[in-house]
Amino acid sequence: MARIAGVNLPNDKRIEIALTYIFGIGRSRSDEILEQADIDKNIRTKDLSTEKISKLRDIIDEKYTIEGDLRKEINTNIDRLKEIGCYRGLRHRVGLPCHGQKTHSNARTKKGPRSGRIIR
Amino acid sequence: MARSLKKGPWVDEYLVEKVRELEKKDQKKVIKTWSRRSTIIPEFVGHTFAVHNGKRFVPIFISENMVGHKLGEFSPTRTFRGHKLKETI
Repeated sequence: MARIAGVNLPNDKRIEIALTYIFGIGRSRSDEILEQADIDKNIRTKDLSTEKISKLRDIIDEKYTIEGDLRKEINTNIDRLKEIGCYRGLRHRVGLPCHGQKTHSNARTKKGPRSGRIIR
Repeated sequence: MARSLKKGPWVDEYLVEKVRELEKKDQKKVIKTWSRRSTIIPEFVGHTFAVHNGKRFVPIFISENMVGHKLGEFSPTRTFRGHKLKETI
């Protein structure tokens, strides 16, 4: 059972994939980290030695913003947009997409579940 | 895609001149402009621009956080009132 950055304990998967369970680490970062740590990315998490895990932990701690810190950073960025009242900020405020997508149809990710007038 | 850093921010030249003039006189006056495409540069901080949105001039006080955005971003051109609700059974 490996525990990196708080609550993350993926097991039985290749370490390359297991690392992506951490918020802020995807496939390419995972590869990058494993290369730096000089660990074979095909090893299962449970087969890793404690030293190697702590090595991973050190690298991640040192170089990347992950989990809570990253979420906080994202939120402050969004709050900044809202505060200065620019177009993207306005879109965030009303919960609509900011990158110029159509909203007549779709845009469900941002708008949430459909709500309409119910007849009958 | 983001603009190449090599070129630097794009600003309408006359805006920079106007701001410099105001700075020289130590005045704060609202600058009326149609130049929505101009990037806000650090020199603009503390000045007020009235940016045209196609209908009227929206006054914008430039704060430090706004540097790097375009003037047009702060002067919305559309009023969105939502789409027609679809009827569901």
